[in-house]
Amino acid sequence: MNTLDLLGLDDLHSDEERQIRDVVRRLVDQRVRPFVRQWYEHGHAPIRELANEFGNIGLLGMHLEGYGCAGASAVSYGLACMELEAADSGVRSLVSVQGSLAMYAIWRYGSEEQKQQWLPGMAKGQYIGCFGLTEPDHGSDPASMSTRAYRNGDDWVLHGGKMWITNAPVADLAVVWARTEEGIRGFIVPMGTPGVSVREIDNKLSLRASSTGEIGLDDVRLPYDAVLPSIKGLKGPLSCLTEARYGIIWGSLGAARDCLETAIDYARTRTQFGRPIGGFQLTQAKLADMSLEFFKGYLLALHIGRQEHRTPEMVSAGKLNNVREALAIARTCRTILGANGISGEYPVLRHANNLESVLTYEGTSEIHQLVIGAKLTGLSAFS
Amino acid sequence: MKIVVLVKQVPDSGAERNLRAEDNTVDRASANNVINEMDEYALEEALRIQEAHGGSTVTVLTMGPERATESIRKALSMGPDGAVHVLDDALSGTDALGTSKVLAAALKRLEPDLVLCGAESTDARGQVLPHMLAERLGVAALTGARKLTVDGSQLTIERQTEEGYEVVTAATPAIVSVWDTINEPRYPSFKGIMAAKKKPVETLTLADLGVSADEAGWAGALTTVASHAKRPPRSAGVKVTDDGEGGTKLVEFLVSEKFV
Repeated sequence: MNTLDLLGLDDLHSDEERQIRDVVRRLVDQRVRPFVRQWYEHGHAPIRELANEFGNIGLLGMHLEGYGCAGASAVSYGLACMELEAADSGVRSLVSVQGSLAMYAIWRYGSEEQKQQWLPGMAKGQYIGCFGLTEPDHGSDPASMSTRAYRNGDDWVLHGGKMWITNAPVADLAVVWARTEEGIRGFIVPMGTPGVSVREIDNKLSLRASSTGEIGLDDVRLPYDAVLPSIKGLKGPLSCLTEARYGIIWGSLGAARDCLETAIDYARTRTQFGRPIGGFQLTQAKLADMSLEFFKGYLLALHIGRQEHRTPEMVSAGKLNNVREALAIARTCRTILGANGISGEYPVLRHANNLESVLTYEGTSEIHQLVIGAKLTGLSAFS
Repeated sequence: MKIVVLVKQVPDSGAERNLRAEDNTVDRASANNVINEMDEYALEEALRIQEAHGGSTVTVLTMGPERATESIRKALSMGPDGAVHVLDDALSGTDALGTSKVLAAALKRLEPDLVLCGAESTDARGQVLPHMLAERLGVAALTGARKLTVDGSQLTIERQTEEGYEVVTAATPAIVSVWDTINEPRYPSFKGIMAAKKKPVETLTLADLGVSADEAGWAGALTTVASHAKRPPRSAGVKVTDDGEGGTKLVEFLVSEKFV
């Protein structure tokens, strides 16, 4: 990112952070970038192979301690997300859901037995996890979820359904959140359990290199120890979302960076009116403004990453700003590429389309505005 | 088995490299310096032997200036146990013979059963160092390996040649140089990267090795680069016009260039 490092942002990182970033960049350059266009076009990515490759270097659950996880810093994790999403938001989503949602939920709220059973295999990429919170009729308002869990003897029985679940069609296990008599609780559901069904959601015009599904839960009987013992209430899933949102703060900038690098390269070589379009003032103004937003977003991400105690408001501010700006950058870069901008030959519109999903998942921009608004005014717009 | 891997820091061969006008040496200061690519294969091979043979240790040995520590840490992030860095101002200007003298002194101290290195470095491309080291240490040289098998103290390589390969064996201690056909080096894992900074790196000077300053550096160099010039730009090439003889001319060209 030398062209884009006018501020010397690289110097803000430790050697370890830079090395981790460089390894992810190399892996992505060799194993993702050459193929991602085809995956996107066909709406199918080799999720399991990718999970294995990522697991080998320690990408999955990299910011968690123990149980085969690398225990890297939050900033290193952020840089990894950035490199992954510079290739494709869908590929980064795979890692976010595995590490920050499914693994984090078990790592933070699971019993010792649950951690031993699942985390080492998930860190290696042998088991793929997904995270079931959103439902067909309950998105931004998960507190109203319809999925229920009730006791039957020692067992638990789950009934309901989850929607827009990344990794679900390929997953070995799901962390499913359901309403119980004692409030919302999390359950580890092996996908082979009778009563669990998955339908792959196709026809997506965004995140096509990611696998998304709908999970049906038809009186799914689980043993007593399937429940995550250490958490009751909505703050369980919300704390997991805060983890994943943090990765998106960095990841979205990766998509923006790839668009900017593409647009700069294009503007330097594309000739109109007898000169490179990068020499025109309007193009330079766009590039300069976009690079400023990129720099600001980077500093914001780094600031939030360096916090010992990241509050949900900090993460909301970061996600709101960086995804919104990344999407604006992707769209503006598309204008610099003109008609070529809509071609799959260039990554720009693919990134823009992906970022439409990123803008909505893990808390929509509007929800993040309301989180910040509530903190500023002391008045909650939803409760 | 005690394994030492020779790791050299070189200017990135993917970028433009220059020789310095004042002393005809490689301009390392302005280059993006990386681990010599072939040495990564040697390191991977060492790590595979270590994984297959319990109780083995892998040590990285580097001779180079202060900034070579970056490459040492990168090498350590792939998994070896520790490193030795031969660092001395008097090393500047050392030629291949001098390098072999210094590294041989370091290797005598480390007493490895097996020394692994890349078959060549991408800066000098001399391919002579493994032979020189073997001679100085009085051990076998198994060079240009595309495959290495370890059976107790018996080493067997497939030496890659232009025509095919030769099977060569020797007993340890020995030095083995490898080509990039031998394996696929691993990516450093995050755990490896994080552990690398805690691994021991011993720094040795020429005095520590008992090599006097006039045996190395400019003073000890038996070869000098007298002058250098940029490669001339490519010529226009040969155009074959097909006037009935085009096919024959093409074949003649391919034969003359040894493509067929």
